[in-house]
Amino acid sequence: MAYLELQTLYRHFGEVKALDGVEVQLEQGEFLSLLGPSGCGKTTALRLVAGFDRPDSGRIVVDGKDVTHTSPSKRDMGMVFQAYSLFPNMTAGQNVEFGLRIRGKHRSDRHQRVGELLELVGLGNAGTRYPHQLSGGMQQRVALARALAIEPRVLLLDEPLSALDAKVRVQLREEIRRIQLELGITTLYVTHDQEEALSISDHVAVMYGGRIEQMGSPAEMYSAPATPFVAEFIGTMNRLEATVVDGDGGAVEHGGVRLSVDAARGRARGDRVLVLVRPETVELAPSNGDAPANALVGDVITQTFLGPVTRLKIAGSGVDLIADVPTAKAATLPVGTRVAATLPSEGARLLDLTDGKIPEIAEEPGPAGR
Amino acid sequence: MRPRRGIAPSAVVWLLLGAAYFFVPLVATLIFSLRKNQTGKCCTLASYGWVLHNGDFWHTLKLSLVLALETIVISLVLFVPTIYLVHLKVPKLRPVIAFMALIPFVIPPIVLVVGLLDFYKGSPSWFYDKPQGFLVAAYVILAFPYMFFSLDAGFRAIDVHTLTEASQSLGASWPTTLIKVILPNIRVAALAGSFLALAIVLGEFTIANLAQFHTFPIFLQYVNETQAYPAAAVTLMSFALTWAAMLGLLIVGRGRGRASLITGGR
Repeated sequence: MAYLELQTLYRHFGEVKALDGVEVQLEQGEFLSLLGPSGCGKTTALRLVAGFDRPDSGRIVVDGKDVTHTSPSKRDMGMVFQAYSLFPNMTAGQNVEFGLRIRGKHRSDRHQRVGELLELVGLGNAGTRYPHQLSGGMQQRVALARALAIEPRVLLLDEPLSALDAKVRVQLREEIRRIQLELGITTLYVTHDQEEALSISDHVAVMYGGRIEQMGSPAEMYSAPATPFVAEFIGTMNRLEATVVDGDGGAVEHGGVRLSVDAARGRARGDRVLVLVRPETVELAPSNGDAPANALVGDVITQTFLGPVTRLKIAGSGVDLIADVPTAKAATLPVGTRVAATLPSEGARLLDLTDGKIPEIAEEPGPAGR
Repeated sequence: MRPRRGIAPSAVVWLLLGAAYFFVPLVATLIFSLRKNQTGKCCTLASYGWVLHNGDFWHTLKLSLVLALETIVISLVLFVPTIYLVHLKVPKLRPVIAFMALIPFVIPPIVLVVGLLDFYKGSPSWFYDKPQGFLVAAYVILAFPYMFFSLDAGFRAIDVHTLTEASQSLGASWPTTLIKVILPNIRVAALAGSFLALAIVLGEFTIANLAQFHTFPIFLQYVNETQAYPAAAVTLMSFALTWAAMLGLLIVGRGRGRASLITGGR
């Protein structure tokens, strides 16, 4: 039996389906990220686990015990919020101490534990400072220490890094993972940032429209998206609408060009499919107009410098691709160069395109509301 | 180079005009209060001596301070949890309560006191016949708008939801959350409401007079009608006393706030 189970959770807000039969199973000590755009239901799911809200139906089970109707103060869940959750009238040390005092711990034990936890989050000498005297990153570290102080059964984090600047986010997410592994605490993490989710989680669950579209390891989610939505949401993906032309040899046709795709093997001729190709797997070479095997020909129309790689956009007749190439090589392919973009036959994924539609992904406006 | 900072001459003029508006009447009253009762010439402290040796002054002042304290305590006990729950659970009700809070402004005190006298007729004599009962009930109503709008501003200045949820997730009950987390963070708003309630009670005349209770403003009115120079003295003294009482509240409030900042509101 899993340590944390969300069993068929449903939650409506008026006509809006916030959660539509969410199922999650998490073993003790594992780190699961709920990832998705605004309004996908990820924060609602977290709030149900914390006890701040109740499901319309379904159960939440922790360590074999049904806590669906247990009040939040009796659930032993440590929660880190987006921001502004530290008690402004208390110092960092008193914030961390708060839960221990509520539990009636002895003064000396409390002080020892507060010291340990502040050391753990790298704020050993900030215990006497008030929240307004701390930076955003420091405040979230204190919030993490405060949540850990009560030795929670599950640690819940609701977009804890969304209000921080990029450098601090990266630093702090690594800290969170280090501490989670060190303490072996079961963790549920909500974020709309795919890079964040993929970099620190044991499992990632991508949510959309109140449902979990796919749950798996970060590598699985990246390399084998199960739905067009996940493919669109996780990383950058080239999506080519195509028709299977050879189910035995594995080939599809896109824009009049025959492409060899291993994943097409076993499919019926004439099937409409979506070919998914990661930009880093596309190989570019200058072209004189002739298309080599498994390649699409187009012109480089933009170059975006991303550090070690440069992202090139290639457009042509029926061709709309992006490719990530080493920055040094990109210098040899300036804007306007005609290139042949060779697609990998092995790495490409195929999804059914029976209704011919790919879901639109809502624009993420930044720190998400409730 | 940084521009030189200073006060513009026009600002100085306006500041002086503002200060004159407040201080000229006070200074005039002070000069008037120092005149001799028989000759009307300056200067003597006899009027102040008369007031300080008047038993009614101390009796009514003490009564009004007790009434003010009672009004403040009841208002805080009633309104803090109510406004907290409205902000937390039923924010849609906030405009309704804000509208209700305006009613004491709209209803003239004379209508209010007649209504209250009628409404409470038949209630126990320890309530109806005592200023600590009947008058305080009326004063809580009068203080309602000031208390509500002060506290409401305080609650809107903090993230009530997040602080409450953070406290609860750490195991705190509702009362613990209210006392240890919410109250210390709306302290300034509660103090502001208390100041206003104090000022109202120390100056309220109509209800006390019609309900026939002998409070400080009634004494003030009596002296005003019978003794010209002591009336000026008692006016200044009541002014100073009100400010002293407010200062006392501020110091007590700050002291508690500082203590809670240091100990975490233990």
